[in-house]
Amino acid sequence: MAAASLPAAQPGPLRAARSFLGQYGLILVLLILPVAFAIQDLSDTGNLTRLGNNIVDGLSNGAIWALVAIGYTLVYGIIELINFAHGDVFMLGSFVAAGFFGTIGLSEGMGAVGLVLGLALTLLVVMVVQGTTNVMIERVAYRPLRAAPRLAPLITAVGFSFILQNVGLLWRGGSPEGIADLINSQHELFTLFGVPITNGDLLAIFVTIPLVFAMSMFINHSRLGKAMRATAQDPEAAKLMGINVDTTISLTFLLGGMLAGAAGLIYALYQTTIWYFQGFTAGLIAFTAAVMGGIGNVRGAVLGGFIIGMIQQMIDNRDSLGPLQMGPSWTPVYVFAYLVLIMVFKPSGLLGEQTREAG
Amino acid sequence: MTTAAAPPAEAAKAPRTRFRAPELSPRQNLVVAVAVIGFAIILPLFLDSGGNVMNNLVLAAAYVVMALGLNIIVGFAGLLDLGYVAFFAIGAYVMGYFGSGFWSNAGGGEGVHFLVGGPVENLPGIHFNFLIVLVLAVIATTIAGIIIGLPTLRLRGDYIAIVTLAFGEIIGRIAINGDEIKLFGGTLTAGRQGITPVDKVDLPFFERFQSLNLRPWYWLALAMVVLVLFVNFRLRDSRLGRAWIALREDEVAAASMGVPLVKTKLLAYGTGAAFGGMSGAFLASYLNTVNADQFQFAFSIFILAMIILGGLGSIWGVVLGAVVLSAINNYFIPDVFNDVPSKIGLDFDLTELSFGIFGFLLVIMMILRPEGLLPQRRRQLELEEGVGAEDAIEAKL
Repeated sequence: MAAASLPAAQPGPLRAARSFLGQYGLILVLLILPVAFAIQDLSDTGNLTRLGNNIVDGLSNGAIWALVAIGYTLVYGIIELINFAHGDVFMLGSFVAAGFFGTIGLSEGMGAVGLVLGLALTLLVVMVVQGTTNVMIERVAYRPLRAAPRLAPLITAVGFSFILQNVGLLWRGGSPEGIADLINSQHELFTLFGVPITNGDLLAIFVTIPLVFAMSMFINHSRLGKAMRATAQDPEAAKLMGINVDTTISLTFLLGGMLAGAAGLIYALYQTTIWYFQGFTAGLIAFTAAVMGGIGNVRGAVLGGFIIGMIQQMIDNRDSLGPLQMGPSWTPVYVFAYLVLIMVFKPSGLLGEQTREAG
Repeated sequence: MTTAAAPPAEAAKAPRTRFRAPELSPRQNLVVAVAVIGFAIILPLFLDSGGNVMNNLVLAAAYVVMALGLNIIVGFAGLLDLGYVAFFAIGAYVMGYFGSGFWSNAGGGEGVHFLVGGPVENLPGIHFNFLIVLVLAVIATTIAGIIIGLPTLRLRGDYIAIVTLAFGEIIGRIAINGDEIKLFGGTLTAGRQGITPVDKVDLPFFERFQSLNLRPWYWLALAMVVLVLFVNFRLRDSRLGRAWIALREDEVAAASMGVPLVKTKLLAYGTGAAFGGMSGAFLASYLNTVNADQFQFAFSIFILAMIILGGLGSIWGVVLGAVVLSAINNYFIPDVFNDVPSKIGLDFDLTELSFGIFGFLLVIMMILRPEGLLPQRRRQLELEEGVGAEDAIEAKL
């Protein structure tokens, strides 16, 4: 849309450069930091182990962001709402998981079989609870506002975000809380090119990939998934074709909530620290991931999640790059700077073409 | 399927029967303005000059200034800004830089003073007269508004929201981490420790303001409200204001009618930001601190909620929304209703719930009156009849 409004008559090389930047500009921007870090590492230590470490940790973190980002992208794709409460649904996922561990008595000392079964049960419970929560939020806060001004549901979303944060605050208090390290998250399983792979990494990847796969199978090949895609494309026409738009939207929120719940469980097991405010930052990061991938696009959200996860780990793990300050407290600045750059260079995101079709 | 289709149609009709703000003629508007402002001017004479109610009135007036500023960006020009806190931060830091002991080695440790009297004229640091600081804050935030506006020029709707949100977060983060950045023998900001104390307002012909007598603060804030109200009304009825509204309704149509998009959008950002900076500088002096923890995303939402609750684009609505929300947040939840649980025999502290209550009220108010408390009639018509292109899409659902 933006490209179409640019004047078409330009000299050859400039136009070529512009079309090149339009196509690969974002990828180039994304590559700047990793390449700079690689050069820095090579000149400091002579190998890339540190960067490799960051990439592996980043993939695990990214898996969590990817699951949350899918929820944003699905909801935005279907009702064009930035669902600010989604990050807090993820947060409550962590809380429900931690609470459920205690209830069914999972502990570090249990045998592997008991632990796996217990965690699988927890995953199921968390997904059901958070899916239901998300559907209820939609029913209470967004559905009555379908015919209202565009900004009204945005405010109710923020309102629900505050409510959920308050629930978390009352449930587990105001400061970050350590929970049982059930899977021995930092235990080193094996090393790959000198990079240690831990239990947590495996868990994050092996829960996320099947879930994302199942999700995209559902959206692309089931009848309900087809209804979702149709509603995202044109709600009016979908309604005329006999699709129950309200049910379809509820379904979208159900899926988003389930994935956020799963992400909450993984986060709790991986980080072993939970906090009522974790959802806010996670929400913004995951939203950035969704935008980076091209909002409305599930594959894009997953890709964006992994990329943001890796960038975040690289910056978290370093003190400075040349004159730039880095470290965990600066990471959000870089993540959001990337967000602005994406918006400037390629608002449709990495896999954005499919978005335009989808609405 | 029929049941699913029915509720939106009813919902679209429902607002017609509700109370709606009468369209005021300029003369009536003036009468309302004089009455409201006259009442606001004499109000503090009946209140304890150092009391809690007074404190809340000052805060409410400062928030009204910010809400009216944001109203220009979001309500008039239709550019959804989720990072308005950035302008609060910049305005406050201008006050901190030019009206406190923050730059302790300025002027060789002697301090730099300009048109200030009273106790601060011998203190180290940079101390300018409040009016000059105000002008500097307005200039700085206008420039910041334009810079933040530039990347959003090509974007639409929610994407603008995302970019402004990102800028708001970046500036908030820099404020928090700024104490790690060395600059001119000091640091960029004082981080979470905060710049404190900040000079009290010092106006020519008046005594320096005191922290125990809040009336002068209130009247100054009210003067800013009056100025901003005047600018808002004049702008709304001007060529520029009509250009903003045209832009909000349909960007393509506005452009083809000869509205210069870039200039019009940037003017909206600049003007809106300037009011945020003005109020920010005032609040820094009033609260006596410039603390990075003040500049959080929730603040942007707080101000945005005021204008949406009041009625987007409706000037009196925004004033009402700002007063209502600031009263709920700063007065009713922490002070008035705090002992309710113990009275009805429950044992918990309401302030722990304040966040949730605020969120709950936002949800309830939006569901009951999605178009705002005092919706602008023009906007309401568009919503009901689906004239605006984007609204038409919404109405389909």
